Amino acid sequence: MQPLFQQAAGLTLRLLLLIILSLLVMTTDHRFHHVEKVRTAILQGLYPVHYLVNLPADAAAWLLENLSSRDMLTSDNTRLRAENLSLRARQQQFDALANENVRLRKLLRAAAHVEQDVLVAELLAVDLDPYRQQVVIDKGSDDGVYSGQPLLDAQGVMGQVIEVAADSAVALLISDPSHALPVEVLRNGLRAIARGVGRADRIELLHIPASADVEVGDILLSSGLGGRFPPDYPVARVTEVERPRGRAFARVFARPNALLDRSREVLLVWREPRRGATADIPAELVPTAPEYPTPQLPDGDATTAEGRQ
Amino acid sequence: MIHMRNFWVVPLTLLVALMLMMLPLPPWARPFRPDWLSIVALYWALAIPRALGIGSAWLLGLLLDVAHGTLLGQHALGLAIIVYIALRSYQQIRIAPLGQQGLIIMLLLAIKQSIVLWVDGAIGRMPANIPLYYAPSLLAVVLWPWAFIILRDLRRRYRLS
Repeated sequence: MQPLFQQAAGLTLRLLLLIILSLLVMTTDHRFHHVEKVRTAILQGLYPVHYLVNLPADAAAWLLENLSSRDMLTSDNTRLRAENLSLRARQQQFDALANENVRLRKLLRAAAHVEQDVLVAELLAVDLDPYRQQVVIDKGSDDGVYSGQPLLDAQGVMGQVIEVAADSAVALLISDPSHALPVEVLRNGLRAIARGVGRADRIELLHIPASADVEVGDILLSSGLGGRFPPDYPVARVTEVERPRGRAFARVFARPNALLDRSREVLLVWREPRRGATADIPAELVPTAPEYPTPQLPDGDATTAEGRQ
Repeated sequence: MIHMRNFWVVPLTLLVALMLMMLPLPPWARPFRPDWLSIVALYWALAIPRALGIGSAWLLGLLLDVAHGTLLGQHALGLAIIVYIALRSYQQIRIAPLGQQGLIIMLLLAIKQSIVLWVDGAIGRMPANIPLYYAPSLLAVVLWPWAFIILRDLRRRYRLS
């Protein structure tokens, strides 16, 4: 047995070292993101724990799937068939529009929209800090997920990936106070920044001049400025516009379209097709758009267009 | 490190505590989640001071930081400090009756939460409802006797001392 006081002195010294180390690590994590590798390694190590914690939810889902009655399955099937049909009909229209858009953009000599690749991921039933709006998903760098990748659900933009391990990743939701998302109003193209307030059903638009044309019910789309999120995805609907007297800025709140606290299935979006990724959907099921002949532009066209300016 | 038969019980209980910290709860219950990891860590620090040093407590805190998505080092700092206090005064805390121990544990957990809150404040993300924020520490008064009895029985069964 060591003498008590000598032991205590060593303990205090170690505590001081740990305090200094903590401050260093916290500053680095907050300011410079140099400890990203450490975080990733620990997240990787936590994977078995995530898996175990998620197991009951997984088992419940499995049971529900296997014990659901024939009636339920038939009605589900009918509903999904109808939904599929209407979606396919809309898809046809969309394909035609997309082709038309490409042709028009070629005429204008503007850059075409890049094709996007998506992957369905599932949220793990794992809780994080109650004061942070984050989720864990079951896809990681093995599937090509990268830090900063946008995350959507069927209704709209959900958030972005902030940490990636091999088989899992952590995403920050748009409702977190540290998340800001460039948006625009669908009606008039007014640009703004949407920031979370720490609640799943509310985001705030920052720096909107009191005279700006924003109304309750306006739809907000991602503007794609900043290059992180793809443009034109629905984000939220304005629920509250307040213009305090004598203030330069209006207070505007909106309700996110995405079911931030309920969605189990989410979509990961790549701005360009993934390299070496296996497609989620078999190729024969993906409707291919008919190829339209691209119009041959007469050589003089561009020069006349310039001449008119 | 210490040599002890059945020492694996200590990391195992800590792992279970970490899992309890991540187990999904309904949204209304999430702010009330007790700080299981700190409670179990404090138990081992008090019962077998050689079993859990402040270094291991710090590493556990790092795990919790990543698991909870907080700033790396936030919980680590808090946990290292309260385990330090526990290790410095385990002889006094040990002889206190169970109810009083609960109050001491509550105080230690509140210190840890204050450290975490201080860091949150420093990076500009103070929670809106401060009294609610301390609810997990208050809950520890009720939970400590149960946690103590369960962990003590485990310790006796596996003859850890």
